[in-house]
Amino acid sequence: MTRETLLQARNLQVHRGGAQVLDVPSLDLRAGEVLALMGPNGAGKSTLMLALAGLLPPTAGEFRFRGQALQSRPDREAFRRRMTMVFQDPLLFDATVAQNIASGLKLRGIPKAGRDPRVEDWARRLGLEKLLGRPARQLSGGEAQRTSLARAFVLDPEILFLDEPFSALDAPARDGLINDLGHILAETGTTAVISTHDQGEAARLAHRLAVMKEGRIIQLGGLREVMNHPEDPFVAAFVGMETLLKGQVVTCREGLLTLRLRKDAGGREVVAVGEARPGQTVLVGVRPEHVALSLQTDNLSSARNAFPGAVTKVIPRGPYFKIELDCGFFLTAFVTAQSLSELGLQPGRTVVASFKATTVHLIRKEGLDAEL
Amino acid sequence: MDLIWEGLRKALALLLTLDPEVLRITGLSLLISGAATLISLAIGLSAAVAVALNEFPGKRLAIALLNTGMGLPPVVVGLFVTILLWRSGPLGSLGILYTPSAMVLAQAVIASPIIAGISLSALQHLPPGLRLQILALGASRPQMVWLLLKEARLPLLAAVMAGFGGVISEVGASIMVGGNIKGQTRVLTTATVMETGRGNFDVAIALSLILLVLAFSVNAVLTHLQQRGQRR
Repeated sequence: MTRETLLQARNLQVHRGGAQVLDVPSLDLRAGEVLALMGPNGAGKSTLMLALAGLLPPTAGEFRFRGQALQSRPDREAFRRRMTMVFQDPLLFDATVAQNIASGLKLRGIPKAGRDPRVEDWARRLGLEKLLGRPARQLSGGEAQRTSLARAFVLDPEILFLDEPFSALDAPARDGLINDLGHILAETGTTAVISTHDQGEAARLAHRLAVMKEGRIIQLGGLREVMNHPEDPFVAAFVGMETLLKGQVVTCREGLLTLRLRKDAGGREVVAVGEARPGQTVLVGVRPEHVALSLQTDNLSSARNAFPGAVTKVIPRGPYFKIELDCGFFLTAFVTAQSLSELGLQPGRTVVASFKATTVHLIRKEGLDAEL
Repeated sequence: MDLIWEGLRKALALLLTLDPEVLRITGLSLLISGAATLISLAIGLSAAVAVALNEFPGKRLAIALLNTGMGLPPVVVGLFVTILLWRSGPLGSLGILYTPSAMVLAQAVIASPIIAGISLSALQHLPPGLRLQILALGASRPQMVWLLLKEARLPLLAAVMAGFGGVISEVGASIMVGGNIKGQTRVLTTATVMETGRGNFDVAIALSLILLVLAFSVNAVLTHLQQRGQRR
């Protein structure tokens, strides 16, 4: 699918108190996509979003919206009315739910007769139809954030910025709202930028993913691409590639690599798909989704990598469980509740962990040899 | 004790018979302090908005000055307004010393920092992201200011009440710049001082009762607003 570039940012820089807090040479936002910004606190996600939304004047930078340069102040003011933003704090007005949802329309001078049907429509789509007359300060956290989202969507924004919209919610409220937001974004085709430090949120909502650190975007790409092929250890850790081990290439034949893990990682051999020269040091990454557990080595399995290990921890994660294993090296696996009971997984239990060579991700980075 | 009971009895009689002089004094008090409060609202709110919504060097100093101004002693204000309006003073040509206008001016000088200080604190206590959220909803700058003031309406109302309460019960400046001239600049506080000095306790008590009721009403509304604010 070819998509029009909706918003273009070039040479974007923000300084605060003499220090550079944002440095993004180039970022394109495509029509209809959901772009997730991930990174730890202070990575510049909010700053980038505010700058893109025209709510924070950057120190330097050029913007184009639908090919039009946003240079003059009136241009930027006009642009502000074509996008909107939802923050972590719902920031509702001291008024009823209906008045809150209508507030942006009212600011645009739309008469009550034009506002009401749209307010009711969006209240219904976010499950607020019974709360329309309720004062906003009596709402629960989840209801308040739904109201904030309805207040944004009712404006039919060309770009919707969502700055950690779920971070302040408890797990059940968050889960339901992420679901509903996902449906609404898909239905409306709204172009959106969402910041989060939860990879699960990003995975459920985003098409593309940008990982940020210290004011810079260090990797930007399709969701699966970044999740499965992080370019450096920081990104890997951040997108949930929990096992990351140093190893040395032993052999490389027809795209199939054999790697030896370092001694403190048990010195085991791992088979991976890829190209590298023998002797090269690489990082071996395995996502917990790609690790299967069984009770004995199954010779018929297509998984080239199988390691016996002991369960060290069982962590409930809502619909599934995360199992931490000691296979001579640290490994994690996601399993369903059914597998948990079938395999009798509990700390101390010995199982065989296996993963396919095709799912092993290699990070080749300058300087790794020196660190060893 | 007889003095008090006798005074109270006569005071009630004055109030119940709607004594014209008492009524006139009360009316003038409300008019002068009301006008001063309105002027102070315009000045104080503008100052609060300007300080709260802008970043400038010396902002902390401006806030400190405003807060200090909330405690201006009325006698000092009276002194400087008198000098200002004295025949040979900078504004002497206006010829408004010992008129209600001079009292409005002096009371506005007292109430403006009170209203500015409380309004500023009200605006600064709004959630920090609210300004950005309002702009993100498409508000122009005047629309944003309006919505912020609307959001802070309860504490702003409290600021107005505090300003009014401060000047209606103030006596020093009023007597200095007004002169307590019968039928012209005599207000509740200045009349009470005078009648007490003359030993006319019945009239003084009647005037004081009215002043008490006004001050109590202001405080009652303020307390009510604060209670509502806490329930949020």
